Amino acid sequence: MDNVFLFSSVYLALLMILSLYRGIFGPTVADRMIGVNAIGSKTTVVLVLIGLMYHRLDMFLDIALAYALLNFIAVLAASRFFQKRKGLYDES
Amino acid sequence: MNIIVFLLLMAGLFFFTGGCIGILRFPDFFSRLHPAGKLDTLGLMLTMTSLGLYNFYDFSLGTLINGCKMLLIMVFVSLASPTATHAIVDAGVRAGLAPWAKGDKRR
Repeated sequence: MDNVFLFSSVYLALLMILSLYRGIFGPTVADRMIGVNAIGSKTTVVLVLIGLMYHRLDMFLDIALAYALLNFIAVLAASRFFQKRKGLYDES
Repeated sequence: MNIIVFLLLMAGLFFFTGGCIGILRFPDFFSRLHPAGKLDTLGLMLTMTSLGLYNFYDFSLGTLINGCKMLLIMVFVSLASPTATHAIVDAGVRAGLAPWAKGDKRR
């Protein structure tokens, strides 16, 4: 079962690279926020998988919970910031 | 029991793949939020359910606490992900981004 977890986390890392395309080349700032949010939710799963592989699940679950909280706060703060600053605009 | 864990994990990875392809392929910012919101809740929930079942193979107090933490992550993400998606779309609407119409150039 450890091999299944290993290959799942490698596959999730590949999906993270695909989402990073939208984070880098997204035409507007909101597209970049979508890409970063998707990467963060995949990272939560990858952290739990790493904890199961190393048999230290109790420690890595705390890190995953903190990462989920941090991801949520970051996206919320960025969207509020760009809403106040009127920094979002249509680049096309 | 192993088969159930494996099938749930593969279902979660399937939803992650679908959400990722949707984020890459949809033509517009507003339509891209649809796979993004689905990827968070459904993919993470199925994956966490499978890992929680695998965690309960040997039942003790430690694995019970780990299961409670996994349940906490699932409940928190099911609350936080729609909120974050709504905050992004609110920022986009107030900034005046125009939705994509049929015949426009794909952005």
